[in-house]
Amino acid sequence: MAAPSRPRRRPGRPVLVAAVLLLWVAVWIPAHGVHTLGLSPADLTPLHRWLNDVNDTIGANRNSSPVFLYFFNEIRAAVDALVTFIQDLISQPSFGRPVPVLGWLGVVAVVAYVSWAVANAKVALLAAGGFVFFGLQGLWQESMDTLALTLAAVAISLLIGIPLGVWAGLSDRFHRLITPVLDFMQTMPTFVYLAPLTLLFLIGPASATIATLIYAVPPAIRLTAHGIRSVPRPAVEATESLGATGRQTLTKVLLPLSKRTIVLGVNQTIMAALSMVTIAALIDAPGLGKTVIKALQTLDVGTAFNAGLAIVVMAIVLDRVTTAASERARPSGPVPRFRRPLAGGLGVVTAVCCYLSYTYVWAAEFPDGPGLGGALSRGADSVTAWAQAELSTVTEGIKDLITYGLLNPFQALLVESPWWLVGAVALALAGVLGGVRAAVVTAVCVGLLIGTGLWQDSMTTLAMTIVATMLVMVLGVVVGVWMGRNRYADRIIRPVLDAGQTMPAFVYLVPFLALFSATRFTAIVAAVVFAAPVAIKIVADGVRGVSATTVEAATAAGSSTWQLITKVQLPMAGASLALAANQGLIYVLSMVVVGGLVGAGALGYDVVAGFSQGQLYGKGLAAGAAIVLLGIMLDRIARTSSPSKTTEGN
Amino acid sequence: MRLKRLAATATITALALTGCGGEKIGATPAPGASAGTAACGAFNLAVNPWVGYEATAAVIAHVAEKDLGCKVTKKDLKEEIAWQGFGTGEVDAIVENWGHDDLKKKYIEEQKTAVAAGSTGNKGVIGWYVPPWMAAQYPDITDYKNLNKYASMFKTSESGDKGQLLDGDPSFVTNDEALVKNLNLDYKVVYAGSETALITAFRQAEAKKTALIGYFYEPQWFLAELKLVKVNLPPYTPGCDADPAKIACDYPEYDLDKIVSKKFADAGGPAYKLVKNFTWTNDDQNTVAKYIAEDKMSAADAAKKWAEANPAKVKAWLG
Repeated sequence: MAAPSRPRRRPGRPVLVAAVLLLWVAVWIPAHGVHTLGLSPADLTPLHRWLNDVNDTIGANRNSSPVFLYFFNEIRAAVDALVTFIQDLISQPSFGRPVPVLGWLGVVAVVAYVSWAVANAKVALLAAGGFVFFGLQGLWQESMDTLALTLAAVAISLLIGIPLGVWAGLSDRFHRLITPVLDFMQTMPTFVYLAPLTLLFLIGPASATIATLIYAVPPAIRLTAHGIRSVPRPAVEATESLGATGRQTLTKVLLPLSKRTIVLGVNQTIMAALSMVTIAALIDAPGLGKTVIKALQTLDVGTAFNAGLAIVVMAIVLDRVTTAASERARPSGPVPRFRRPLAGGLGVVTAVCCYLSYTYVWAAEFPDGPGLGGALSRGADSVTAWAQAELSTVTEGIKDLITYGLLNPFQALLVESPWWLVGAVALALAGVLGGVRAAVVTAVCVGLLIGTGLWQDSMTTLAMTIVATMLVMVLGVVVGVWMGRNRYADRIIRPVLDAGQTMPAFVYLVPFLALFSATRFTAIVAAVVFAAPVAIKIVADGVRGVSATTVEAATAAGSSTWQLITKVQLPMAGASLALAANQGLIYVLSMVVVGGLVGAGALGYDVVAGFSQGQLYGKGLAAGAAIVLLGIMLDRIARTSSPSKTTEGN
Repeated sequence: MRLKRLAATATITALALTGCGGEKIGATPAPGASAGTAACGAFNLAVNPWVGYEATAAVIAHVAEKDLGCKVTKKDLKEEIAWQGFGTGEVDAIVENWGHDDLKKKYIEEQKTAVAAGSTGNKGVIGWYVPPWMAAQYPDITDYKNLNKYASMFKTSESGDKGQLLDGDPSFVTNDEALVKNLNLDYKVVYAGSETALITAFRQAEAKKTALIGYFYEPQWFLAELKLVKVNLPPYTPGCDADPAKIACDYPEYDLDKIVSKKFADAGGPAYKLVKNFTWTNDDQNTVAKYIAEDKMSAADAAKKWAEANPAKVKAWLG
């Protein structure tokens, strides 16, 4: 390679990265196909067998061990009681009545009133409209079951998450200790711990709630800690110098000042809980998830779509209400004068609605309406049928183009390389991009990946993950810039993005399978649908954050739109781009298991098979661990290489 | 401000007025309240996630509720978790079990929490299938010896230079990698990963007349929509699948059976007797499965329809 033209500068990162990649290909050519550490889907390693034995031992001792009798059973009883209580209130026949305590009218009134009280009239209207929509879809009871389970999981999450978050906010040591645990909880596929959970907490609401909880509690802890940590030092010091006790500092300064971030944590916890609805249905969690899963058994896309739409609407309603609440939570001026009497008046209306829905059939059971659900189902069915018949030739072409042009060569490079070559490349890249610490983490992860016995499957999954993340970033930049520069585009696209994030993947798997066959590419598309929205939102936010004066100056200097975007807005939104890549990657990884259901094979299939077949349980667990390891490795390399590292204090 | 208060008052009045005209809760007796005689009691029935199972479970639940007055709780569970439920007392019966010798060993022999309750009468077949258009156009494709001749037709973006054998409902054991190797077939096993993926693949293959060979099984509601044709592998003989690495024969025919929890069997209540006596044919199950999958009836309605059309069979189970 030619020497750099200006000798006083050391070669930059891009040059080093290119050199590492070229070297990789150069070594790959003679060395490919050896030391690839393959393992066929039916084979097991001693580690996998050992994990099976551990699982069996737990099962065998369930009824005799005091840990179960006095610890897990008590937790189960308490959680069951909470969920059942909420179900009695809003979803299930209770207290000897054929209907729940609160009928639809009462629930709608209470939801609207609470939304108004914590946020504003606009979102209250949205909330009421959304809840009436569930009834019109013919999914009132299912929606309320889902709501009951979500509320219970969120309540417990906050009960655990906020105190832990405060602790992590106050203690650096605890923060360092809990961060990897939270990473683990968020990236470990749910399928892996679903079966053991039913062993610990039996089949029923408790297991479903706790499965949801494991995934939903990390955002509450993280954001509470973040909120506490972002309180300005001077405010804390001033309080302490005035002689306030630790408790006073916490309740009078830290918590009020971080209220807004904590409410955002509540919001993220709710979203995470809702994204577990379909998976929890696999262990008999009642609600909309069951409708989706049942419909999938007969490939009934319409019915699955109808139920999926209810989940999307519930997510949007809860998101908008909590977001509006977090904006209201900003310290602001005095409460408007008329608010208190209005609150009283509306409270009376709500109480009357509750009474009516307790007493009269028409207000308790949602009337059989115009059958909006049927119409929605039929609409979704006909769109799917049309797309499958008309588009599949084109989509197969796109699939082949990307598979042969990008995925296959890249996968060949990763999978056919000897393990030591990939390991060396990963180490070199981590060292170049992230420095010594990233290199150490990478070395540990590579070692552990080999230890799981699933090295080759990990490489296959890694290839798909990287291709999917690249597509996510292309979409993120194109759509994100468009949204960032155009308010109207933003307003139209944003709800679509929300739907992409909250619509259960199970709903769109059937059309995707028809369009792209059971292939790795289908898995990539599913991952992109889920991961692109978050990347797009972050990029749009970054582009909009570029100061108006800079943009005006560039325009005045005669920049064309293209120049403005490429020379000013994108470079100045660099930190956002890095964050978008990072989040996009994490979201892509969380879809690995769904990918396993549609032809991705590799780690995703290992996890799914491990969930379905007892003798593969240990292998599934190891595959779950491998996904976590890939996540940690990629995250650490990407995070330390992002330009924002110098600006991030914590 | 004043306007708002006025509006609020008006709303309350309107609500109160409309409310008074409605029917009160409890005016008519709750449905379900009269059912449930003490003789049968609670019956926890696992429902595994496929339509054939759901059909069987729905019919048993219907008879248990209507004729025996049991309080049936259906629990939607994957097989593994349902078996676990025997030990924890959360599940009384599994009514369509496909083999699962490992689970039988673990729960019936070792933990002794489950017992077998006889055959459902259904025969399970697992094997390799092609869409009907292929069997019509290439009649000799149903013999495994000719598969290599057609291998190039089955190439996809996933299988490289070999033919693709689409595998993998993850719930079922597969010997396909060993079969491909030991029968010297020029194919690569690709893991579709779900029943949904397999059915969609066959549906598209028939609609677009594209080549496909894949793992499938019967009884399955989809076969009523599309009569897939089974490829003949070397016939199964007892013991030919003893060494997983050397398998070169077809899958055995599964006698689908019922498993109940030990406690449930020992109590010997009417629900247990019903489960024990229950038996029907593949055609019976396909009929109910078709009601659910094709005609989009609810499982309960489908079961009711079948039970009313087949009183003699139901009577035999109750006998």
